[in-house]
Amino acid sequence: MSLFEIYDLTVEYSDGTESLQGVTMNIEANEVTCLIGPAGGGKSTFLRVLNRLNDLADVKKVSGKVMFKDMNLLDPKIDVIDLRRRIGMVFARPLPLPLSLYENVAYGLRTAGERSKAKLDRAVEQALRQAQLWDEVYDRLDAPASRLSGGQQQRLCLARTLSLEPEVVLLDEPTSALDPISTAKIESSILELKERYTFIVAPHSIQQAGRIADHVAFFLQGELVEYQPASEIFTRPRDKRTEDYLQGRFG
Amino acid sequence: MIARNRLTEIGVTRLIQLAGFSSIIFMGMILYFLLTEGVPALGEVSLRELFSSRWYPIEGFYGILPLITGSLMVTIGAMLIAVPFGLCAAVYISEVAPPRLAAVLKPLVEILAGLPSVVLGFLGIVILSPFLRRFLDLPTGLTAFTGSLLLGGIAIPTVISISEDALNNVPRSYREAARALGATGWQTIWGVTVPAARSGILTAVMLGVGRAMGETMAVMMVTGNAPVLPSSLGALFEPARTMTATIASEMGEVATGSEHYHVLFFIGIVLFLFSLVVNLIASRLVFRSKGRAERVLS
Ligand SMILES: Nc1ncnc2c1ncn2[C@@H]1O[C@H](COP(=O)(O)OP(=O)(O)OP(=O)(O)O)[C@@H](O)[C@H]1O
Ligand SMILES: [Mg+2]
Repeated sequence: MSLFEIYDLTVEYSDGTESLQGVTMNIEANEVTCLIGPAGGGKSTFLRVLNRLNDLADVKKVSGKVMFKDMNLLDPKIDVIDLRRRIGMVFARPLPLPLSLYENVAYGLRTAGERSKAKLDRAVEQALRQAQLWDEVYDRLDAPASRLSGGQQQRLCLARTLSLEPEVVLLDEPTSALDPISTAKIESSILELKERYTFIVAPHSIQQAGRIADHVAFFLQGELVEYQPASEIFTRPRDKRTEDYLQGRFG
Repeated sequence: MIARNRLTEIGVTRLIQLAGFSSIIFMGMILYFLLTEGVPALGEVSLRELFSSRWYPIEGFYGILPLITGSLMVTIGAMLIAVPFGLCAAVYISEVAPPRLAAVLKPLVEILAGLPSVVLGFLGIVILSPFLRRFLDLPTGLTAFTGSLLLGGIAIPTVISISEDALNNVPRSYREAARALGATGWQTIWGVTVPAARSGILTAVMLGVGRAMGETMAVMMVTGNAPVLPSSLGALFEPARTMTATIASEMGEVATGSEHYHVLFFIGIVLFLFSLVVNLIASRLVFRSKGRAERVLS
């Protein structure tokens, strides 16, 4: 059984745009699944369905079925707080909270009610190591997070998400604002950690998808055009539109 | 063409400089006037007398201590009311209320912030003070507490409207980041949104304090105007008198250049120092957590 089983997912915003139309796909555990496609294709919308962040946007209609293990994520009665701890998310712009480094990483655990200083310390260190940031910041954990460089801030955001030990990590163009070194560090974190976590990424370039993806889904104007193992889609795309996109003919 | 552009550039720069300098010059002139009229009081009345507890100018008693405590009492009381209520209301409007309701509430609050204080003072005399007298069973309803309540009411719209702006300016993505970590709506508000808006909220509080401390008419109308040094907390429910009310009510009757006249200006200086201190504390608090570079940049 796949980790996510998605049938006929359709999302419509209140201004009438259908951002996703009848998307059906399975996502496997402990893999990196990349969502590619031109702007407005629905990648962000798709990710935000998975952790129910779309609840905060003015979405008019969501239909279909999104099974995560044996839970239907579209069920309005599920505990979204708990869900978001199990399915974490990193955004395009590095967004440290207006707190210290340490408190940023500990934030999720604290809101979840963790009090033990020892446990928090351990979780913070482990998360920072996983995000390959520990060596750069271990001696100034009390400094405000806004002092870090953009690339460090983004790794901090990754650490913050990992600190909750989620099952799935969603990343929406996590490196679009970063320098090559931080980008490489985030990519290598993803590859190293995929044994423990499942990653679903909207990469900021096709090349990035090529470097990290196990599976690739191509979204075009809300439609899932093609979904294949990475090796397949890059060498033998089945759909003409995928081929055009991969060769840079649009988007 | 390029030369003309350069000329306009220089012209605009000069104009803005002039505007900036003139406001500084005006401030300087006001301060100079305040000092030349107020400092002579120190020569005419000894310091010990000035800071004694009896204000009775007709017989030459110029103790301004009761006026200072009167102002402090009324202002602090007002802020204890205005800050929590104002902040909660701002959080409600910006974070909780459905957008349609917020769209109605916001302009309403702004209209309230613009109400002339005499009108509020009038309401204070006619409604608030008789109500308090009966409800708390006091000999008179014109007390420091009445002033605090009224001033609190006056400051609330200011506090709401400015802190609401500050909350609104917190990027939506902060809230989403917190929510994505599994924070609840309230955890996000108190843990992330409010702290992120704290410098704006502090500004709101300071403007509220400024409004409360500088307020004259409404306070004069409802505090009972008795310059008494408070001896216990119970004094909150007795008549009191603030510095502003004293200046406003007595300035019309004094002979220019007299002792009394100079002392009134000296009270003005004290008032000025108070607001200076409030502002200094505020900027300390705002800047404390910011680095030097950020301070220079912002
Ligand atoms: N909050 C919203 N309200 C209304 N429409 C929205 C909202 N968010 C996204 N949309 C619309 O949904 C469609 C899909 O947007 P989405 O952000 O999911 O695309 P994307 O593939 O992530 O694009 P990009 O590569 O630019 O990030 C777009 O047409 C967009 O205009
Ligand atoms: Mg997007």
